[in-house]
Amino acid sequence: MRRTLALIILFFGVSAWPVTASALDIQEVTSTSGVKAWLVEDHSNPILTLSFSFAGGQSSDPVGKEGRARLVSGLLDEGAGERDSTAFQQALSDDSISLRFSARIDRFSGDLTTLTETRDTAVELLRLALTAPRFDAEPVERIRAQVMASLRNDLQRPRTIASRAWWGASFANHPYGRSGDGTLDSVSAVTDDDMREFVNTTFVRQGLIVSAVGDIDAATLSALLDQVFGALPTFKGAAAAPDVAPTAAGQTFVVQDNVPQSVVVFGHAGIAREDPDWYAASLLNQIMAGGFGSRLTEEIREKRGLVYGVYAYLLPLDHAPLIMGGLATQNARVAESIDLVRQEWKRMAEGGPTERELADAKTYLLGSFPLRLVDSDGTASVLMGLQEGDLPIDYLARRDALYGSVTLDDMKRVARRLYRPDQLTVVVVGKPEGVTATAPVPSVPGVPAQGG
Amino acid sequence: MPIRTSRRSALFAAVVAIGLVWATSPSTAGIFEPETFTLDNGLQVVVVPNHRVPVVSHMVWYKVGSADEPFGQSGIAHFLEHLMFKGTKTRAPGEFSRIINQVGGSENAFTSYDYTGYYQNVAKDQLGRMMALEADRMANLKLLPQDVESEREVILEERRTRTDNDPSAQFGEQVIAATYLAYPYRIPVIGWENEMRRLSHDDAIAFYRTWYAPNNAVLVVAGDVTAAEVRSMAEATYGVIPARDIPDRVAMRGQEPPQRAARRLEMSSPRVDQPSWARRWLAPGVVWGDTTLASPLEVMAEILGGGTTSRLYRSLVVEKGLAVAAGAGYSPDGLGPQTFSVYASPRDGTDLAALEAAVEAEVARLLRDGVTDDEVASAIVRMKRRAIFARDDMLAPARLFGQAVAAGSGIADVEEWPERIAAVTASRIAEAAKTVLVPEQSVTSILRPKPAS
Repeated sequence: MRRTLALIILFFGVSAWPVTASALDIQEVTSTSGVKAWLVEDHSNPILTLSFSFAGGQSSDPVGKEGRARLVSGLLDEGAGERDSTAFQQALSDDSISLRFSARIDRFSGDLTTLTETRDTAVELLRLALTAPRFDAEPVERIRAQVMASLRNDLQRPRTIASRAWWGASFANHPYGRSGDGTLDSVSAVTDDDMREFVNTTFVRQGLIVSAVGDIDAATLSALLDQVFGALPTFKGAAAAPDVAPTAAGQTFVVQDNVPQSVVVFGHAGIAREDPDWYAASLLNQIMAGGFGSRLTEEIREKRGLVYGVYAYLLPLDHAPLIMGGLATQNARVAESIDLVRQEWKRMAEGGPTERELADAKTYLLGSFPLRLVDSDGTASVLMGLQEGDLPIDYLARRDALYGSVTLDDMKRVARRLYRPDQLTVVVVGKPEGVTATAPVPSVPGVPAQGG
Repeated sequence: MPIRTSRRSALFAAVVAIGLVWATSPSTAGIFEPETFTLDNGLQVVVVPNHRVPVVSHMVWYKVGSADEPFGQSGIAHFLEHLMFKGTKTRAPGEFSRIINQVGGSENAFTSYDYTGYYQNVAKDQLGRMMALEADRMANLKLLPQDVESEREVILEERRTRTDNDPSAQFGEQVIAATYLAYPYRIPVIGWENEMRRLSHDDAIAFYRTWYAPNNAVLVVAGDVTAAEVRSMAEATYGVIPARDIPDRVAMRGQEPPQRAARRLEMSSPRVDQPSWARRWLAPGVVWGDTTLASPLEVMAEILGGGTTSRLYRSLVVEKGLAVAAGAGYSPDGLGPQTFSVYASPRDGTDLAALEAAVEAEVARLLRDGVTDDEVASAIVRMKRRAIFARDDMLAPARLFGQAVAAGSGIADVEEWPERIAAVTASRIAEAAKTVLVPEQSVTSILRPKPAS
């Protein structure tokens, strides 16, 4: 079974590869009908990777129908145009075409990978999936059953419960507070018409971002863009979610769960991608949580053996920038671990990093970038990240300077702004000892309703 | 580990893990054309040049894993892997990692039944430095008592995360233990908790001195480098470490006796809401048993249970609507007995007995009627195409060849894989099915919910 296969190899730690700069020859391609894409040509293998995303994702799920975008992501390749589910899947399989859709919080994305020899078929299947999905009864009920089985598994996991409680407590009256994975009830409530409405309002030209990597030239890509995206409506019908700030700052929630290891999720408001302080914030997060040698890993894992992994990351959502983190530790040592996170938050806010830490973080962020380009998927994801971040096409050439010019004074100022130990919203799921809840567990679907 | 959107780190780990497991069904062909040589001290070297980006993957694989642990010391191979980051006679704990971080590299290490590996992915100009540091810890590990104590807590937390907090992982551990009567694959890589707690500094050093030597390792470098460059740097670093007598690990592991009675395990837990069913049989691989059956079994797994057009998915999930998932699994790499498995997870309302009967019907059909020539031809085309896709990742060959040399029969495992797959016929699959899918030699496992009392 896949699970047991995954278990037979154990890793020392979990690595992360942040984005950084280096030259990459990016072309902007505009089709006859005006669809834009960024292209990195590479003809060393007969493979094309096409990635794209639309504005609007899980956060557009209607109240009570959470899971709608996720269901759509599972159904677009389950029958479209004249091909029913079986025919569509067979066509993908026969030609070894990989077509995947993914519902994210604020966007809906897709990835197509095909050999050059099967590209025409792949492109036509993608066009059909986006413009003429069938939503036939059999696949709808089958995929719905799969999503519900997945929910039954996920909702037993302390990590899922902790995440749902954190988001529910922090965004009580906003779509961010409702998990886009949904609940058994909400997934049951989604109808074919709901899914068609999502397709009609989301798959539009406004906000569309496309990236291509591999064995294709600009002229061929241009024609491909028109074929796949040219017929989509231009404007978006649905309104975006409002901007929001997290609530429950400074609160600690404890969800009782009978497990030997408690799972902790923490976070508070962060810094937006378009904020001029973003670069200093990224360097700070590298110093705080960039794997081995970072402050959290050294203090919590290396010195004390409290965890296998402790992490933190900047999460610049469209409507709420956040800084998030988490860890897992035996119930007896949860209080100590959370205290250490707060201490490190405070130490960074009050003293900032050292000159040496700043220098190392810069060389890391600048030096690690080429490792993201070792395959087409990685390169495509870099192109998507740049475009979704609304960065200019020559950004990579300027990136070294943007990070390089951050001073120690900038870092100290931004550290005071970013790290707010008193603002941390902390959720613990488990049987933690010595942790006092400051508020009752919020009423959130999927989170067991009992106080701490 | 981040849960909601920032999945990069978790995803990366998953990709690497899949790559390593997947290398067992080497998705590559005689396409990488690696260059290989052996240093005077016995260190095997494999170089796979690729100049797409100026980076390299530098990996050292030791031919030792959890299946080679002394009795009562389960988890020591993995514990030592963690302790290898704790410094040498001349390098402080964590210093190697800090150097990698400074230059923007990424690193990790991993332990499986048959091998233990360490790698750094770095800019090409850092390769010599990585070799010097990796060679240093091959020969000069030095552990402080307090580092051993705190790292034991880390691996216990790792066990809680992976296994103790998760009933399906706990059950998986029980199922694997019941799959092997004697062969050491029955012991979990991370170790049994009560034995992990007793692992000592001396245990780790003894294991290190027994197995970590250049003549028991393979160095693999993939990326923007030439074999000549690797050879000169390797000779200057690894080349100065003396060879050592290494025990015959295959002999030490013993044999797996014939299975004469079907085994059946059931577990229920209030922490399970979604039931699952699986059956597995011991099977030959590229090293163990009748190795000529390995490729037929790979194609058989593809036809029976590889993806949404496979027999099991079509029948159980689409046509009968009994299951939310169904498939088959087989991977031939590894020194010991491998497993061929079928699995299914029921749709809400499906009786587990009906689910089991439906899987059994597909297995019976396979045994009775075999597979068609069309099914074989189509599966071969799909599988051979994976070799082309595998070439797209310039660092992946390091993982594929490392595994093939450390836990397979060698480089040909990877290079000749497409030819072996292409040669599979329906009659060879029928023979493989009859040899492996023997009812009395099966292990059936059922995980079900238990209502909280």
